[in-house]
Amino acid sequence: MRDPFREGLATGWKHIDASQLIDNPTFEADVVIVGSGAGGGVTAEILTAAGLKVVIVEEGPLRTSSDFHMREAEAYPDLYQESAARKTADKAINILQGRCVGGSTTVNWTSSFRTPPTTLNWWQSAHGLKRLSVEAMAPWFAAMEHRLHVGLWPLPPNENNAALARGAAKLGIPVAVIPRNVKLCWNLGYCGMGCPTNAKQSMLLTTIPAALTNGATLISRLRAERLEFSGRRAVSLTGTALKPDGLHPSGITVTLRARHFVLSGGAINSPALLMRSAATDPHGLLGKRTFLHPTLISSGLFDQPIRAFSGAPQSIYSDHFLDSVAIDGPLGYKLEVPPLHPVLFSTTLQGWGEAHARLMREFAHSQTTLALVRDGFNPDSRGGQVRLRDDGSAVLDYPLNATYWEAARRALLTMAEIQFAAGARWVTPVHETSPGYTSWAEAKRGLAELPLAPLVCRVVSAHVMGGCAMGDAPEHGVVDDEGRHFQIENLSVHDGSLFPTSIGANPQLSIYGLVARNASLLAAALTGQPKPAIL
Amino acid sequence: MTTRREFLKTGLAGAALLNVAACSRPSENGGRTMVLSAVIPVMLAGALPAGDEARQELVVRTVAGVDRAIAGLSLATQKEIGELFDLLAFPLTRMLAAGVWSSWPDATPEAIGNFLESWRHSRFDLLKSGYAALHDLIFGAWYARPDTWAAIAYPGPPEVK
Repeated sequence: MRDPFREGLATGWKHIDASQLIDNPTFEADVVIVGSGAGGGVTAEILTAAGLKVVIVEEGPLRTSSDFHMREAEAYPDLYQESAARKTADKAINILQGRCVGGSTTVNWTSSFRTPPTTLNWWQSAHGLKRLSVEAMAPWFAAMEHRLHVGLWPLPPNENNAALARGAAKLGIPVAVIPRNVKLCWNLGYCGMGCPTNAKQSMLLTTIPAALTNGATLISRLRAERLEFSGRRAVSLTGTALKPDGLHPSGITVTLRARHFVLSGGAINSPALLMRSAATDPHGLLGKRTFLHPTLISSGLFDQPIRAFSGAPQSIYSDHFLDSVAIDGPLGYKLEVPPLHPVLFSTTLQGWGEAHARLMREFAHSQTTLALVRDGFNPDSRGGQVRLRDDGSAVLDYPLNATYWEAARRALLTMAEIQFAAGARWVTPVHETSPGYTSWAEAKRGLAELPLAPLVCRVVSAHVMGGCAMGDAPEHGVVDDEGRHFQIENLSVHDGSLFPTSIGANPQLSIYGLVARNASLLAAALTGQPKPAIL
Repeated sequence: MTTRREFLKTGLAGAALLNVAACSRPSENGGRTMVLSAVIPVMLAGALPAGDEARQELVVRTVAGVDRAIAGLSLATQKEIGELFDLLAFPLTRMLAAGVWSSWPDATPEAIGNFLESWRHSRFDLLKSGYAALHDLIFGAWYARPDTWAAIAYPGPPEVK
């Protein structure tokens, strides 16, 4: 198997592993980009193509396809924030986020949805983002779909996804095929541990290589610690080099100076960097309204093998329970399935001892469905808040309130009904006191009474959004619709923290499209070249 | 939000007690290994094979796996996990917070099971999250190892050349 990234390094791409530095260097660039995921990757490609000198700072390690051995024990500590065990402050929500070159795009499950029209329309009407219409954004999504080879998954779904399709069809619930950003995909099922076959068109394989070919410098294992300001401008970024363990500072400090700074560290780390830097926040909006699509899990046992570890992880979805409710009414939810692997499944599954072991023995017959709750539209769904621990690290407070649990109960009922319709012989939500149910009638009665509360009912997230929200005026947002900071004139935010609500779909393509637009505008502003034609 | 320390000071064991637990740092000096060696066979009942010698060896390997997992967590989380094991390893807080009256090596599986259930269903979020941490660390360490996969019919990753 080829490793295109290592081949590129051999041709002279500039990559510095900050854990190996032995002095305190200073870098000068036109633009410093913090983060190499969906936002940072797209920005780096577009800015370098415009002739700008770019340095990309990444806290995680550089790992490439020959490092991806499809082993959870390696992938989670190496490629994820906090070993894939990042949690909200009360520990009630487990958050999967990437931390490596390519960010979450290196480890996501490749689902590629445009921002739903309902969401863009809401941003226009409720958040004043008049320029972000469905029509105006369509060419940017189309451009990124082309760039990242997004297409409807052409092969039959694996049995985990097929069960969702089958159960929904029996109940008259519409489903559809998921578009994925893959090329010559082997249909293995290990996307979450890094793609070993270079099929996933992540930033690691597309925009970051393009930027490096254009002369960008990539610095990995460097934590963006603090921005220094002078008046209304950011003048430098101080980075803390990490040891090879990725946790402890090595003692080396890196100084990065630039005309412009772009924050693409993701929706927890970008606001946290601004907070650590004591960035001006006159309206108290920084780090607020952070959204998660807080996700419920329902697990069903089938007589036939499901083998949810094998095959494209996500290929079928249903938006029926988003589209059939008012966007600002009781919370709606998107239905999908996750891939199951032993560590992820066993740690998520409730119980211990023989009860847990019994469920694990049926691992290959387990079908699991997810309901991703659309947060941030109902006035009672205000999301969470990023804050700093004493050591300066970021933590998210996300209270789960009654409005959420009302939706959660509907979602658990929906999933159980679909799983029984698909042929499950036993279904349980992932929940500490659920006894599990052997029929839809029994589940309907039981779920109606089940106590729903944090740390009792399991809630997970792989989508972090908001915290540096766009607004039409400084009183309403941290940045404008181009991602430009309202108070700091040479600072932009290009990642999921831009979103004023959740997306209501897996967010990667929403980030790609919006950032492609905003990076193109930024390139024009910094170079004096004409603005892009598709605006 | 009530932190573990504030909660203990006000709600459970008293400041003096907690300070003793924190100052003596029993989770270091083998305290964590002692707690895990007792809890792992109960958490993994049904997954650990019978037979004393093989079983003991697997418990030791799982303790090492938990140690590795903790070493990969953020420094802030490692500190919290350290406090959890301090609490469990220090005799007075073990009795008061976990309800385990004998030392960990002498505790019966029933006593340890009662402790797990009492934390799992506690009315205090802090204890529920302590149970969840033990659950996730131990199962994560166990099922990370390829030798546990045959029992759950997981073939492991395919070969890519």
